[in-house]
Amino acid sequence: MHSGEEKLSTEHKLKARLRTVTDVAATGLAVLSTVLVVTPLVAVFVYLVYRGASSLSLDFFTQIPKPVGVAGGGMANAIAGSAILLGLGSLIGVPMGIAGGIFLAEFGRGTKLANAVRFTADVLNGVPSIVMGIAIYSLIVVPQGHFSAFSGGVALGIMMIPTVCRTTEEMLLMVPNSVREAALALGVPNWRSVLSITVKTASPGIITGCMLAFARVAGETAPLIFTAFGNVDWSERLNEPIAALPLQIYVYALSPYDEWHRLAWAGALVLIVLIVTAVSLVRYVTSRGVLKGAS
Amino acid sequence: MVLCALSIFGIVVLIAAELVIRSKMAWGQFGLDFFYKAYIDAYTKQTIYWDPVNGHFSALPFLYGTLVSSFLALLMAVPLAIGVAVFLTEMCPGWLRAPLAFITELLAAIPSVIYGLWAVFVLVPLLREHVNPWLIKLLGWTGFFADDNPTGLGFLTAGVILAIMILPIVSSLTREVMTAVPHSQREAVLALGATRWEMIRMGVLRNARIGIVGAVILGLGRALGETMAVTMVIGNSLDIQRSLLSNGNTMASAIANQFAEASGDLHLSALMELGLALFIVTIIVNAFAQLLVWAVTRGTPSSAH
Repeated sequence: MHSGEEKLSTEHKLKARLRTVTDVAATGLAVLSTVLVVTPLVAVFVYLVYRGASSLSLDFFTQIPKPVGVAGGGMANAIAGSAILLGLGSLIGVPMGIAGGIFLAEFGRGTKLANAVRFTADVLNGVPSIVMGIAIYSLIVVPQGHFSAFSGGVALGIMMIPTVCRTTEEMLLMVPNSVREAALALGVPNWRSVLSITVKTASPGIITGCMLAFARVAGETAPLIFTAFGNVDWSERLNEPIAALPLQIYVYALSPYDEWHRLAWAGALVLIVLIVTAVSLVRYVTSRGVLKGAS
Repeated sequence: MVLCALSIFGIVVLIAAELVIRSKMAWGQFGLDFFYKAYIDAYTKQTIYWDPVNGHFSALPFLYGTLVSSFLALLMAVPLAIGVAVFLTEMCPGWLRAPLAFITELLAAIPSVIYGLWAVFVLVPLLREHVNPWLIKLLGWTGFFADDNPTGLGFLTAGVILAIMILPIVSSLTREVMTAVPHSQREAVLALGATRWEMIRMGVLRNARIGIVGAVILGLGRALGETMAVTMVIGNSLDIQRSLLSNGNTMASAIANQFAEASGDLHLSALMELGLALFIVTIIVNAFAQLLVWAVTRGTPSSAH
């Protein structure tokens, strides 16, 4: 009897110890995996900044690519090309995305249609960009008969729509209902209240959301291979092939020349700076709250 | 505004329609054979899958490569992603949470081509010099790690870079799902005398499991369609090899590689069909994942970031 109780209590003690050990082990594993993840990811970043910064020079921004074997050269035409492509893309993606987002958050909130659109936008976000690229190729490049800046812009624009749409919606949902109610109570029609009160209140958030979408497509390469195609020289018209920064990085990274590798790293750094700026801005605006002034 | 919202449906329909029209020729020629058939070369008696010169096209090596590289990526990324999510939601001191979340967000925004650039210059040499010889020595007998590819490119390299690329999205979604588990669940388990790990296992992970599966599938969707980084490190072969260290190809990288120099209408059409297959698969995978994530997070206030 007595020894049985003792046995039971040692068993309990053992079990308790086992549980503590499991707990400590699990905590250790979680910490370890965080370290394992963060370290290489930070390494990517640091290495990129290090290689990029040591390769960046004024020539990079002012010269066009030089032929193989000639030192120097830059990516001025690719930077300009990316700017043109992104400008074209924004012309398409930003207004359509914002309008779609306003519909989702304000006019269609809670309806079946809005839910279907939201769902489709999220699914479309996950469609590989290369698929977008070949679709635009067959839609615009084949009928036109040649690669063009225009088709690249359209591809980027279409890719921006779902992102802009969803971030706009999210920002609008952060506007408290009391603001809408106040406007409506003053007798303002609904569309007026949406456009000049809700959207205006959320506009810093919407703008940064657009910047985020902009930064995302700025690094897109796959949809440009078969649309903008790339160009080693300046492009003069929108229906000519045009150079783009990510395309140039891709080509240079796979080339066997050290000089070109250097340029690829410099280009990567320029892209990253653009993207980090956009992401930090978004974080700043959302953490501050869209609505500091109005509430 | 309704029109702009509807344009999203329009885009999906437009992409589908273009791909269907352009891939008709290959579909008419090969039908379902396109996805599994192998051809035997009349002279060399070798198995051939993708032969633009003679007009034989079979997507089998690309399907295989896509599955293998994505599976490798998930194998490496999922345990780590869940570990990170557990750490961030349940254990992390408050001051560390925001910077870590910010880093994850940044890494999700780095373009594919830059990951590819890094992989070509850092990851490939690292695997080639240090990891692969070790794998060959230790696991060569399984046949999955054959010593026949000195380049350092291949399935394994593609899997590692894919894992790095999908980690941020899987871990941030897992985190979101775990945060959505009500606090009362945690408190109830703790009140019964559970240790912290038991609380996480029984109170959090069990309740969030559907959403976590959703996050993993969403990561799978990303991995399936990832193009540039994979194209840069997978080696682009047209064969099927058993060794994970040998060169391979995925659907997306085959398109990226061959499309610009496609040698004829049939070749182009076959690549379009590959694109269509990729489109359909990723749509299904993403839709499924989205439904799972929504099933868990619905009803909780959506946090913007």
